[in-house]
Amino acid sequence: MKSHYGIYGGQYVAETLMAPLNELEAAYASAKADPEFQQEFHEILRDYVGRESPITEAKRLSARLGGARIVLKREDLNHTGAHKVNNTIGQALLAKRMGKKRLIAETGAGMHGVATATVAALLGMPCEVYMGAIDVERQAPNVERMKMLGAKVNAVTEGSATLKDAMNEALRDWVTNCDDTFYVIGTVAGPAPYPEMVRDFQRVIGDEARRQCLERYGRLPDQAIACVGGGSNAMGLFAGFMDDPAVKLVGVEAGGKGLSTGEHAASINGGRLGVLHGAKTMLLQTDDGNIIDTYSVSAGLDYPGVGPEHCHLHDIGRAEYSVITDNEAIAAFDALCRFEGIIPALESSHAVAEAIKRAPTLPKDAILLVNLSGRGDKDMENVMRWKAAQGK
Amino acid sequence: MNRIAESFANAKKQGRGAFVAYLTIGYPTLEKSEAAADALVAGGADVLELGVPFSDPFADGGVIRSAAYEALRQGVRLRDVLALAGRLRAKHPDTGIVLFSYYNPVFSMGLGTFAKAASDAGIDAVLIVDLPLEEREELIAELRPHGIGYVPLIAPNTPIDRVAASAEGVGDSFLYVITVKGTTGARTELPADLSARLEAIRKVSPIPVAAGFGVSTRAQADSVSRHADGYIVGSALVRRLGEKGVLEGEILP
Repeated sequence: MKSHYGIYGGQYVAETLMAPLNELEAAYASAKADPEFQQEFHEILRDYVGRESPITEAKRLSARLGGARIVLKREDLNHTGAHKVNNTIGQALLAKRMGKKRLIAETGAGMHGVATATVAALLGMPCEVYMGAIDVERQAPNVERMKMLGAKVNAVTEGSATLKDAMNEALRDWVTNCDDTFYVIGTVAGPAPYPEMVRDFQRVIGDEARRQCLERYGRLPDQAIACVGGGSNAMGLFAGFMDDPAVKLVGVEAGGKGLSTGEHAASINGGRLGVLHGAKTMLLQTDDGNIIDTYSVSAGLDYPGVGPEHCHLHDIGRAEYSVITDNEAIAAFDALCRFEGIIPALESSHAVAEAIKRAPTLPKDAILLVNLSGRGDKDMENVMRWKAAQGK
Repeated sequence: MNRIAESFANAKKQGRGAFVAYLTIGYPTLEKSEAAADALVAGGADVLELGVPFSDPFADGGVIRSAAYEALRQGVRLRDVLALAGRLRAKHPDTGIVLFSYYNPVFSMGLGTFAKAASDAGIDAVLIVDLPLEEREELIAELRPHGIGYVPLIAPNTPIDRVAASAEGVGDSFLYVITVKGTTGARTELPADLSARLEAIRKVSPIPVAAGFGVSTRAQADSVSRHADGYIVGSALVRRLGEKGVLEGEILP
């Protein structure tokens, strides 16, 4: 199994977590090679999540922009409303296979928390979710959903009280309870084998989308675009096209109020190499190596690091990473609502915004495949508040 | 200088375990940390562990976390801890000094720059919480030419062959044996199988073995010392320092 991606990745954890990580690595390698495990995973994705998710051409939006065709991969139509559930099902099945009794998770926007609570209910396992107190407030509906599903939600008030602090607290829980507890990490970050494992569970997005594009258009897309916080929906999409060099891979980071303001969450574009939460990766940090509070209108992208494989893809030029500001993301949110009747998650709106920028510069037969990673119901209050503050 | 080895040897000669004392530097203030370090040396500490405050102390319990946040609020950074180490070295030429940090502040400074600065400050060894056997060589390669040791952590679930591998090639150092799975912090009871575990570790370790996490009283220290070369006290000292602002009188209750 791969623990490093170029200079990134690794296992920078406290010694107590090395044994559980080794146990996890072995269990995952065996599950990955086991057709029965894979079959169970894909059956749940089909019968419970509702896969495959369709691709939808955003025809009115594309026509309005007058360039490339924008095609949406509809992860927003998954049960629980986002791509996150693909991964939590995979990890929870693995937890069960390993004989673990309890699931824990960190969450930012709450989508991963909901997806973990959901699969915990499905498999009959107790579940605790750590969530920054600020996120608990700005994503209140998801907190209620998690509770409804039987999970315990712990608000983390320390540090910046956001996703990174939730992850710190989840790691503290895991280091204390690793014998019977499985830590379900929500993104392609953290120590090996998480980045690889989460990518594998999410690659169903890219594999399906590739096949769907070929079936419908008889060709591959020109570009595959996805938002990147930790980067799991992007990695899942990219994985399907990794061996198609003609398909440009585009990750979109959260530019918040703009890179120059320092108030953003763009680790690759605005960060520096460092080590956090088990991996060497690009980090938003101070000159003296403390982690900076990130900012984005979208809670799900509000993380100071990024999956190590993204950093590597950036280094070797296989993927490019752009930045979309809050303003641009909200404009894309509005556009998708009005032109297509789809309310996207604010996270996914960043990817849509990037496509909106690119489409007019491309010929009419070009295809931009955008991962619509989640739906926006959870963001309604947030968007209304944001608009009120902007006087819009 | 092999101050760590000498500190442990000296304690052994006196028929006791070496006392390794941890402080989060900058808590409650930088000045009070320095005074507390002086008091610890006067009170019998053989080795000082100087904790570098970090924004994301994910391996620490509540006491040391709060101390780290407060130290950061006061502006205390790795460079200040290095400067303090230099002052302590000048005052206490025989005391072992270990710099205790998460990896990112050290990595961010640049490993070569850090190793040189640590050497200039008279630091004997470095302990990085999140730098296990698999990842540590890039740092050790920079520390080694300066004669600075690396302190490996040994967890309750570390297999014994890994203990042996961890103790190899770390220079003038000791093994820091974590007594319980979990974060730092005082505990009323240490695990029942600790003594057997410590003896097993000692058998394979060429360097001294000290136990920490949960050691807060003289009785616990004495009990641990029957099966180890030393003991580490952290949260209990940090808590007292936070409550009283000074460490005075008997260091361990």
